[in-house]
Amino acid sequence: MASMIDVQHVNKAFGGLRVINDCSLSVESGSITGLIGPNGAGKSTLFNIIAGALPLDSGQVLLEGEDITNRPANELFHKGLLRTFQIAHEFSQMTALENLMMVPTAQAGESLFNAWLKPGLVRSQETEVRRRALEVIDFIGLHHVRNELAGNLSGGQKKLLELGRTMMTDARVVLLDEIAAGVNRTLLGDLVTNIERLNREMGYTFLVIEHDMDMIARLCDPVIVLAQGSVMVEGSIEEIQNNPEVIEAYFGASQDATT
Amino acid sequence: MNELVFFINNVIVAGSVTGSIYAIGAVGVTLVFSIMRFAHFAHADMMTFGAFMVLLLTMAFPGAGAALGLPTAVVMLPLAMLLTAGLAVGIDKVFYKPLRAHGVKPIVMVIASLGVTLMLQGLIRLFAGTSGTSLYVDDRKEIFRLALPFEGVRAPIVVTEPQLILFVLTIASVVGLHLFLSRSRLGKAMRAMSDNPDLARASGINTNLIVAVTWVIVGGLAAIAGTLLSLDVTFKPDLSFFLLLPIFAAAIVGGVGHPYGAIAGGFVVGFAETLAVFNWGVLLRPFRDSLPEWLANAGNLAFVGTEYKIVVPFFLLVAILVWRPTGIFKGKVI
Repeated sequence: MASMIDVQHVNKAFGGLRVINDCSLSVESGSITGLIGPNGAGKSTLFNIIAGALPLDSGQVLLEGEDITNRPANELFHKGLLRTFQIAHEFSQMTALENLMMVPTAQAGESLFNAWLKPGLVRSQETEVRRRALEVIDFIGLHHVRNELAGNLSGGQKKLLELGRTMMTDARVVLLDEIAAGVNRTLLGDLVTNIERLNREMGYTFLVIEHDMDMIARLCDPVIVLAQGSVMVEGSIEEIQNNPEVIEAYFGASQDATT
Repeated sequence: MNELVFFINNVIVAGSVTGSIYAIGAVGVTLVFSIMRFAHFAHADMMTFGAFMVLLLTMAFPGAGAALGLPTAVVMLPLAMLLTAGLAVGIDKVFYKPLRAHGVKPIVMVIASLGVTLMLQGLIRLFAGTSGTSLYVDDRKEIFRLALPFEGVRAPIVVTEPQLILFVLTIASVVGLHLFLSRSRLGKAMRAMSDNPDLARASGINTNLIVAVTWVIVGGLAAIAGTLLSLDVTFKPDLSFFLLLPIFAAAIVGGVGHPYGAIAGGFVVGFAETLAVFNWGVLLRPFRDSLPEWLANAGNLAFVGTEYKIVVPFFLLVAILVWRPTGIFKGKVI
């Protein structure tokens, strides 16, 4: 299979702290790849580097073979690389529905010329976008709060809104940063189903950071374990769970002493 | 009735003039704050630059306005707006963008803008000198006297041509800005960026473009405010600079980062200034006979003397912030 994202020998330090240490990995096209690791392993930093939110010190990031190293996030968005945030971001002064309607690109209203001179065209596209946003908001179960300011939603609802954002446009690869944290169990089931469906029907590739092992086990194959800024092991969830190195990284060396 | 006309001339007209200029100035300040999160002190000198461009263009093409029946300075305004917008984008590229790229704290940007303001002021002084120059180079200021059809009213309502133009342009800019922010996709992207820049980028919004567009709007508005001020008074290199603090007061009173708040704040501050220095004794004159002697003979009944006018916006600022800590409109984002 062709790889969707290639990370090659990436390094990143904050001051004297080396967070990403000669890290290389690849995410296969059409896969749902899990990225796990103990706290401080550099998962979110790696996400930010791939998504263009952080400049890297050295190395390369490729999207389907194309060099996207240090490209700004908005450019990557148009190339089909979307992300969610670990701490949910929202446009707090817009309603939940408006938040979703901000996303779609290449609308006629984008250019000033069209906004002034072709109001009819803009309006018909707006109607289309609104229709899609309503579908998405139904799907993520936020229909009843669609006209509330997004800033007033609960943490879990903001997470759902984040996922909804990625469904507003035709993405190629979506980076999900702890999408399950703070979302209740029933809803979580829906989320997983939804992610699987997007993957199967729309061909989305997912790279998922997650602490919830059940979700990783249900969703992800393969799983990549990151520790101290580089890849420790990669494999199916069973392989990972039985790998002594991984157990040590998660539970510390004391595990050996007791066995 | 003559007293009422006096009131209209000195409070309603004068307050609207000051208010309009503060309002347009404060909108510029507030837009920069909402998108880039720093207090842009060079705004007043961008106003001066705009007026200076109008002065140069008017001297270069005298008589151009006569064909259209407008003062030449007003005809040259659109061109000056473009030049000032260009200056604003250029200043951002050279001075602010490198700082932003380093992720400096807002206070560093504020100090940089202070540097820009001194530099701009020095440059303009170098070419324009320090004395006042009328923007009416080739034509003269029309003054409209509106006589009221009432018995015994001698004094007319006086409005000058630049004041009328000021009112028209203020309304036009406010309506235009409102339509832009609420209707156009770019305006909505500005709102999004002022709310959450990271998310805006992750949603595919080109934030560099938004910053550039903001500077174009801010430059254009600064040119309008500076030119209208100079038309009403005369062109002086430091005229706008002395309005910087009241303009900031207006932006904060209205709720910083909120364009409609800035407009409201501008008029609140403008009217507060004129009301505070207005001699209320004039209005009491018709009732002189029925008033107690100490009140009837009081000379000047203004709240503060004209020389303390500058204090008023700041008194109001503190008073309003105590009442509403985020300004009249809730500030921070567009």
